[in-house]
Amino acid sequence: MNDMTTHIMTDTPPLSLEGVTFTHRGQRLLGPVDLRLTGCRRTLVMGPNGSGKSLMMRLAHGLLAPTRGEVCWEGRTPRQAMVFQRPVLLKRSALANLVYALAVNGTPRRRRKAHAREALERFGLGPLERRPARVLSGGEQQRLALARAWLLEPEVLFLDEPTSALDPAAILAVERSVQEFHAGGTRILMSSHDLNQARRLADEVLFLNAGRLIEHTDAATFFTAPASREARAFIRGELVL
Amino acid sequence: MPSDTSALNTALSLILGFDPALMEIVALSLRVSLAAVLMAAVIGLPLGAALALWRFPGRSVLVVALNALMGLPPVVAGLCVYLLLSRAGPLGELGLLFTPTAMMVAQLVLVLPIIAALARQQVEELHQEYREQLTSLGLSRLRMIPTLLWDARLGLVTVILAGFGRASAEVGAVMIVGGNIDGVTRMMTTAIVLETSKGNLALALGLGIVLLGLVALVNAAAYVVGETARRRLG
Repeated sequence: MNDMTTHIMTDTPPLSLEGVTFTHRGQRLLGPVDLRLTGCRRTLVMGPNGSGKSLMMRLAHGLLAPTRGEVCWEGRTPRQAMVFQRPVLLKRSALANLVYALAVNGTPRRRRKAHAREALERFGLGPLERRPARVLSGGEQQRLALARAWLLEPEVLFLDEPTSALDPAAILAVERSVQEFHAGGTRILMSSHDLNQARRLADEVLFLNAGRLIEHTDAATFFTAPASREARAFIRGELVL
Repeated sequence: MPSDTSALNTALSLILGFDPALMEIVALSLRVSLAAVLMAAVIGLPLGAALALWRFPGRSVLVVALNALMGLPPVVAGLCVYLLLSRAGPLGELGLLFTPTAMMVAQLVLVLPIIAALARQQVEELHQEYREQLTSLGLSRLRMIPTLLWDARLGLVTVILAGFGRASAEVGAVMIVGGNIDGVTRMMTTAIVLETSKGNLALALGLGIVLLGLVALVNAAAYVVGETARRRLG
């Protein structure tokens, strides 16, 4: 490896969406969206229900292909992981769920279990390793999903409303984990409709309404002096239509 | 009805005395049906999963055809296999007609659509739930198949049992391709037909009881396994 590649390896490549549009059955649900994300910032995607937050995250992560436009990583595609609103866990023990993720990403067999246990400990799930993942509580399941994401060592972590079905204690645990990911150098792209959560976490905000990207600004600016009428109304807690 | 009661008594004594003729028939039946179901599972489970995951032109026709084949009359399946394996047929040179292998093939033809069609339904349902997560982990569709089959295992056990029920209970197909030859291709079902027509009700009833008991036993075992696993895995 020469110096140039080492340099690239340590820098998460910028993500750009160019004219990204998503149409379903003739109805435009999102776009066209133009945007560029760089560095390892915590970007909160905000907006009312149906504004296209989840859709934009799925397009950015590559779960869906845009109808028009392009999603591209500049230089190379980084390691990514996604945590969903409702965690999808396999019908196996908590430990086996993590071992599975390691098997998929090609970790040698002999290292999987120890590595998975380490992740369980880190996310406070150590005593639950043998419990079936699907009988864990909602908060525990989401922590397990975060532990799985952590094992993939993502450079970019997508979180789609990861706390919307959780109680305050579980929300706190998830937010702490997000901060830890970020402290470890992971770029965060997280959707939420909780203003307080966004205030706690965001470096910058993407504000969507009715499938359009209305604002892309620093958190400080967004919460104190939003540029658009829709964002002002959203922050005041009015119904944005 | 005294003759019936005595037939029942004789039947029970045949079973409890492990009558060699009876045991031979039971053993052959089990061997053929289990082999047929095993092969049907090995082919049908991945086939059903692939059909659940891939979209291609003509897929819905294939799905409907597979569902329709679940109701394939055993005599028709037997006739088709008979035509294939008979001396003049395309596979006649193998000399398989009137052998246990021929019966296994006939049962495979009957069981395969059941396992493939029901596996497709179960895997498709699970795939709806897992698709985004597995795609996010970077799995190709081919690599999703083992994961989905393993996670659908509780339902698939029932599917395989349905296949075993079909294989062990049918008489038309094995009668045509096996020929019900004493000591070679005589199965429980074909023996029951023969013994009943001969008026040998004791042996027929004995075989009937064993057949019922076997099916009940297998289903009870599956129920216990399923319930325990459901409770443990959620």
